[in-house]
Order: sequence, then C-alpha cells, then structure tokens
Amino acid sequence: MGRYVLKRLGLAVLTLVILSVIIFFAAQVLPGNPGRAILGPFASQSAVAVLNAKLGVDRPLIDQYWSWVSHFVRGDMGTSYQYSLPVSSLLVPALERSLKLAAFAFVVVVPLSILGGVVAALNRGRAVDRVISITGLSLSTVPEFVSGIVLIVAFSIGLKILPVTASAPPGSGFFTQLRYLILPVIPLVFILFGYIARMARAGTIEALESDYARTATLKGLSRWAVIRRHVLRNSLLPTITVIATQTGYLIGGLVVVETLFNYPGIGRLIVTAAGDKDFPMLEAGVLVIGVVYLLATLVADILYTVLNPRIRLEGAE
Amino acid sequence: MSGADLGPGLGSARAVGTPLEGALSPKDVSALDLLPSTEGTAGALDVGIGRIRRERLGQLLRSKTFVAGAVILLWWIVCAVFGSSIAPYNPLAENLLLTNSGPSAAHWFGTDPLGSDMFSRVIVGARDILIIAPLATLFGTVLGTAIGLVQGYYRGWVDNIIGRFVDAVLALPVVIVAFLFVVAVGPSKVTLIIVIGAVFALLISRTVRTAVLQERELDYINAARLRDESSLHVMFIEILPNVLGPILVEFTVRLGYAIFYVATLSFLGFGIAPPTPDWGADISANYGLLAAGYWWETLFPALAIASLVVAVNLISDSIEAVLIQ
Repeated sequence: MGRYVLKRLGLAVLTLVILSVIIFFAAQVLPGNPGRAILGPFASQSAVAVLNAKLGVDRPLIDQYWSWVSHFVRGDMGTSYQYSLPVSSLLVPALERSLKLAAFAFVVVVPLSILGGVVAALNRGRAVDRVISITGLSLSTVPEFVSGIVLIVAFSIGLKILPVTASAPPGSGFFTQLRYLILPVIPLVFILFGYIARMARAGTIEALESDYARTATLKGLSRWAVIRRHVLRNSLLPTITVIATQTGYLIGGLVVVETLFNYPGIGRLIVTAAGDKDFPMLEAGVLVIGVVYLLATLVADILYTVLNPRIRLEGAE
Repeated sequence: MSGADLGPGLGSARAVGTPLEGALSPKDVSALDLLPSTEGTAGALDVGIGRIRRERLGQLLRSKTFVAGAVILLWWIVCAVFGSSIAPYNPLAENLLLTNSGPSAAHWFGTDPLGSDMFSRVIVGARDILIIAPLATLFGTVLGTAIGLVQGYYRGWVDNIIGRFVDAVLALPVVIVAFLFVVAVGPSKVTLIIVIGAVFALLISRTVRTAVLQERELDYINAARLRDESSLHVMFIEILPNVLGPILVEFTVRLGYAIFYVATLSFLGFGIAPPTPDWGADISANYGLLAAGYWWETLFPALAIASLVVAVNLISDSIEAVLIQ
C-alpha cells in the first residue's frame, strides 16, 4: 500500500516536470521575442533589448526554465507583464473563486448523475434508459457557452428570474452569491452529467449481471436489498475515478463559463492573460491547473485503492 | 515526427503491398479511404467482407439516430458549400441604419451590431468550422495512428517515453492545451488544424496502442516476422487493417469534439477572426450585448453549433453501435 502510494506519487511528480517543460516551451519559447510582443512592431531595437534584459528573457533557455521552476516551487510565480504585480497575488484569489464554482457544480452533478446512471441501468433497454442516455450524450457534447447562452436567453432575458452575470454585488450574503452562480453551474453540470451517468450505468449493469448479484437474488433477498447491499457498493467504485478525472474537464469548462458569465476566476484570468500576451500569468495559471488536476487524480487513485479490497490486498503482498 | 513526412511514409508502405492489391494508386490517406483497401488484402474473403459491409450500411440506414444526425449534417454541409447562394443577404454587408434589430420578416434572425443579416451569417458561418474540424480530426487520426502503432509494436522504452509525454500533455484539459499553443503560435486556420490535430493525435494514440498490443500477440504477426518482413510492413500492412474499426470510431467521435473545440476557441477569441462569419466568433463578438436584451445575435449561432455537434455525435454513436457488435 505504502509502496503503491509512493510509486504513484513519483509518477505524478515526473508528469508534472514534463508538463512544466511543455508549458515553458509553449509560453516562453514559441511566442518568440517577448519584448517585441509587448512594445509592438514600431519600438526601437534597443528598447526591445533593454526590456528583454529586464524581463530576463535574454538568458539561455535552461537558465530561464530553472529560475521559473525553482521560484514557482517556492510560491513565487513571477511578475505579471500586464499588471506589474506578483502573479500569485492575482492567481490565488481567482483560484479560490473558481474552486467555489467547481465545488457547487460537483455538489449538484455527482448525486444527480449517479442517480441518473443507476436509474438508466435498472431500466436497461426501456424508454427511460434511452432518454437518459441520449440526453446525457447530447448534453455532454454541446459546448458550455452554447448551453450557457440558451440558459441566459431563457432565464435572464425571457423569464427575468436569474442574473446575466455570475458576480454578485460585493458584500452580498451566501445565498445571493449562490443565486448568481446557478446559471453558470448548469452548463458545467450538463457536460459532466453525461460522463458520470454513463460510468454509473455501466458499473451498475456489470454488477447486476454478476454472480454475486444472482446469488443474492437466489437466496431470496428482495430486489431493492440486492441493489442497495450488493450492486451499488460495487458499481460506484469506478465512478469515483471518473469523477476525479472529470476535475480536469471541469477546469477546462470553467475557462469558457467564467468568460461567458464574466466571473473573475482562474479561467477568465488565463483568457485575459492570453489576450494581453501576459505570458508569466498565462503559464503560471496553466501550470496551477495541471497541479490541481494531478492532485485530483492522485487522490482518486489512492481512494480507489483504499476502498477496493482486491487492490488493497494485492498491494500488501 | 511531423505531419508532412507522414503522408508519403504511409503511401510508400502501401506501395509495398501493391503486388497483392493490384494496381492501387496511392491516393490521399484518410481513415475512411483506408477501409476499402482491407478487402484487397483479404483476397478470397473479398465477397464475404463486402456483404458484411453492405449489411452494416443497411443497419446504419435503418437506425433513426443515424438518419437524424446525417440529415442535419448534410444540411450544414450544403450551407458550407453553397452558403453564399442560399443566404438572402451578403453576410458581410453592413447596414448602419438597421443595427441590432430583432427578428423580422425581412431578417429572420435579426441583425448584428453592424447591421449584417444574422440568418445569412449563420448559413455562411458553417463553412470554416466544417473545413477546420474534419481536417484537424483527419490529421490527428493519421498522426495518432502512427504514434500508437509505433508504441504498441515496439513497446519497451519507446512506448514508455512517448507514454510519459502523452500523459503529461493530457494532464491538462484539452481546451487549455489547445488554447495555450494557439495563443503561443498565433491564431489562424492552419494553427487550429495543427494544434487540435496534434492534441487529438495523443488521445487517439492511446486507443490505437491498446488495440495494437492485443493484435501483435496473434499468430499472423509471428508469421509475418518469420517471413522476415520489415517492421514498417508489419505495422502498416499487417496490423493497421485489423485495427481500423476502433480507429474509425475514434475518428467520428473526435470529429464531434473537433467542432466543440474549434467553436470554443473561436468563442474565447483565439479561433476564426471576425469579420469572417463564424458561429463561435459571432457569439464572442456579441455576447456582451445579451444584458441589453439583444439575444438573437448569440442565440441563433449557438443553436447552429448545438445542432451540428449533436448531429455528429448521433452519427458517431450509431457507427460505434454497428461496428462493435
């Protein structure tokens, strides 16, 4: 068990190192000359050179990468080109706001999609199953901003019951804030519902067809008792992994939803940084998203091992 | 490995097989084009496979979801090809006397802030997304198949190194990887195709790798090795035709996602640039006006994207259902 966790942790660190190289390459090598990008095509060559020296981008790439990563590990994410402020001072509050939105989405979608998947599995092949499966599939493939716009048109402009933006006026209470987050959360729920419900459905069907479920039925347990005591416990295990991997997609969705609903989270921060060619901010934001995703999968893997006695025993051998 | 040297590579590998297949000119390689060539290598089984294929086609045509998806997709393809003739107005024509006007008999979908006719913009807006998304998917499928074949065939350290790299890139949401690289290189149609294709290649390589790992243990691969065939021959002539099923499914599934990502990147402001009519870009330009009540400028392009994405997914779902039986 301990060895498994260590091995898993090592892999995550290795992945993170490769990821940081890729992000560094995309944000600092590919765009070419940052000084020129900031000052524009008409600035003099000497002004560009002075700015590049000030930003430290005239040094060898290895040096630049090392100073970026070593500072990042110590919590220093560099200075934003655009705001001349430490990146972390902008990134951390934005991440907190995004996590709030993400948490709300998860609280809604996890029970809803598990319920949907289990109901579909129990009615396998019938109309209910087809409706849940096709709706889930269709909803999970429509981009978040598309469903978001349909929702805004229906609920903010048509019915006038919910606000167009996600940012509640400053100082508003918990429930007012929550009310502003209802519309932004729904597109995220749409995307996630399809995946999680599909996994829950597949897991439940597999468990229903298993020998232990048949044994339980044959020894006279009621259908409900079979489902509750034997089927659900086994079918929901793989769902945990899916939920964790969906964290990544959720953050991808946040980029779009935060832009559409004008919500100052990490997603909108990245989009704004990209528009401003604020590369320190962009690369820090993307790396933070990578770290969040890797942490989520790591926790899910470990949780899965802890919950699944078969894997736990193998690990102990 | 770049996309440019991949095409000829596949072509020459195919040429090795031509004695078996008769005069088969090396045409453009696409996931769909590759399908018929398996009949040729099968030789005597030709007739049987042809019948199975016709049966599967019949099954597809009887499936309601497939027909519904195909009809919608066909409509948008017609719009993409003949859009300028169907559209009642020039989608780029501005009319500053008639800005932000709501849907009416003259302008079914209203007009945008420049007075352009939204109905015409929605129809012509099908063009770029229907060029970029399939090309990106095709590029991704070809590249991903090559990577997956190499990984699954050679295994060992080659597989490990590529696998680590793939895992690292895919530790980010696809939208963000694509976004990062499009921003870094600068948005253009070609950038969109290459970036989305490259990310898809990584996803597809995983599927192909798994399929190849199962396939390479079979006897016909050992037989080919004993005949002293080159690795390239075994990978592309022996294994590839037998893993085309999952590749075709990947292609259709990815096509839906390609539309998703092209639209999303355009919405974020890093896809197709205005004033070219494009659904995502139009939404990006006009969603700020939603609060003012100008809903038609964003709702109709949004519904167009939704219908196209759902159509492609209905098609891919039915193809998957028929192939996996």
